[in-house]
Amino acid sequence: MLCDICGKVEATVHLTEIVNDKMTKLHLCENCAREKGAEMEEHFGLNDLMSGLADLGSNLEPAAMNAIKCPSCGFTYQDFKKVGRLGCGNCYEAFKKQLDPLLKRIHGANRHIGKVPLMSGEIASEHIELQDLKAKLEKAISAEEFEDAAKIRDKIRAINEKMKLNGGK
Amino acid sequence: MTIDDLMKQDSEWLKGTGPNADIVMSSRMRLARNLDKAPFSNRSDSRQLEAVLNEVRDAALSTNFLRGATFFRLKDLSEVDRLFLVERHLMSPEHAKNTDYKGLIVDPKEIVSVMINEEDHLRIQVLQSGLNLKECWRIIDSIDTDLSKRLPYAYSAKWGYLTACPTNAGTGLRGSVMLHLPALVFVGQINKILQAIAKLGLNIRGFYGEGTEATGNIFQVSNQASMGMTENDIVDSIDRIINQAVRREEAMRESLVAKNKEALIDRVSRAYGTLRSAHIISSNETITLLSAIRLGVDLGVIKNLDRRMVNELFIQTQPAHLQKLEGKPLNSNERDVKRASLIRKNIK
Repeated sequence: MLCDICGKVEATVHLTEIVNDKMTKLHLCENCAREKGAEMEEHFGLNDLMSGLADLGSNLEPAAMNAIKCPSCGFTYQDFKKVGRLGCGNCYEAFKKQLDPLLKRIHGANRHIGKVPLMSGEIASEHIELQDLKAKLEKAISAEEFEDAAKIRDKIRAINEKMKLNGGK
Repeated sequence: MTIDDLMKQDSEWLKGTGPNADIVMSSRMRLARNLDKAPFSNRSDSRQLEAVLNEVRDAALSTNFLRGATFFRLKDLSEVDRLFLVERHLMSPEHAKNTDYKGLIVDPKEIVSVMINEEDHLRIQVLQSGLNLKECWRIIDSIDTDLSKRLPYAYSAKWGYLTACPTNAGTGLRGSVMLHLPALVFVGQINKILQAIAKLGLNIRGFYGEGTEATGNIFQVSNQASMGMTENDIVDSIDRIINQAVRREEAMRESLVAKNKEALIDRVSRAYGTLRSAHIISSNETITLLSAIRLGVDLGVIKNLDRRMVNELFIQTQPAHLQKLEGKPLNSNERDVKRASLIRKNIK
């Protein structure tokens, strides 16, 4: 069967299109199909990208690689290759051996050097520091080292103030 | 603010001012963000999606910039209204599909919009007229910082902001500009320029976005890489490359006026004549002719029209806008008639 649009090349893509409630079937060659629309284009682009690059940089057997599972959301590496999207933030860690080379191909780099959000690492480390200080404060009080305790209390206050500023109204 | 209120106003980004607004129609920037606590949208269940929707809505509406903004729950809107929002560049075509748990926040000037539960939980977008990516970044950075005080993001020190598609990870930033390059097309140099732009790591698409042809000599150019560079470096590199393209287009326009004036006036005047008198006109023909008119306005060949009005016609002549204007559904033939009448009203 020849392509419905150009009439020259063998049709390899078969499309069902619904326009104004009318269903039409289209048989297209790859070139015309590519021109046909945004979704097709995206579909092709993504599959090309993923199938061409997704198995980079790993010495695992394909079957073993496909079976790697994100412990957090249950997404497998095969799922990722199929849909081109990851399941959750933890998938990055779960598939890092495969993703690192892929990211490098896409971006020319696989490390972030840009903005850091207020609510993540930074806040978390302040939380940890706060916990430590509170423990020290209790110790100092029970040992009746009040001068030290006052200093620790001031530090806690300063961190609390800073977090209040960052943490919003 | 309702959808009908939007219909009555002109988007800020179409005003046709700002740096190089004759050649750079608009600048757009978006940030992709996800909440740490839920899987990405495609993997979340309905309860999680509903929670993300509510949480992001509340957080966004309490940021300084979006306090006066409006939240739309997409499933409550008609199909035409959703398409209308896509045509106005306030949301992606993708966002108009499977709308059960999707939301959109729009500020009254249509500078900022936030898509909730698109491919990523948040897609924050800023639109500006002219070549203005620096201003886009200034605005979007402040909203994002504000939001990050309220929403714990999915973020890793190694890979940055974690997104559903690895092509967006890192900064989550995509900056794009809409270029009008009729002179480069006219003299047949456009492919050379586009190839050079692509070699420098930028993506090129048509007026309607991904996978579309470049109708009306309009090209959308955006960064491909979002990881391994700071946000400011991404903005600078797009700026630099676009500035080069702008210089080339300017030079070609000057040479058109100097050496090919009759051909230029002929093309512009024919477009003017057709738009002023047509009673049936397709969307594609409209864009092609509007492009010629816009060049005519920019080069002073047409003196009684202004750039803003021409910019707005690019948007208002699209299907959902015409149907909103008419107040009822129109089939393709009816739209061609309505489109021609709207154009005749504006181009006299």
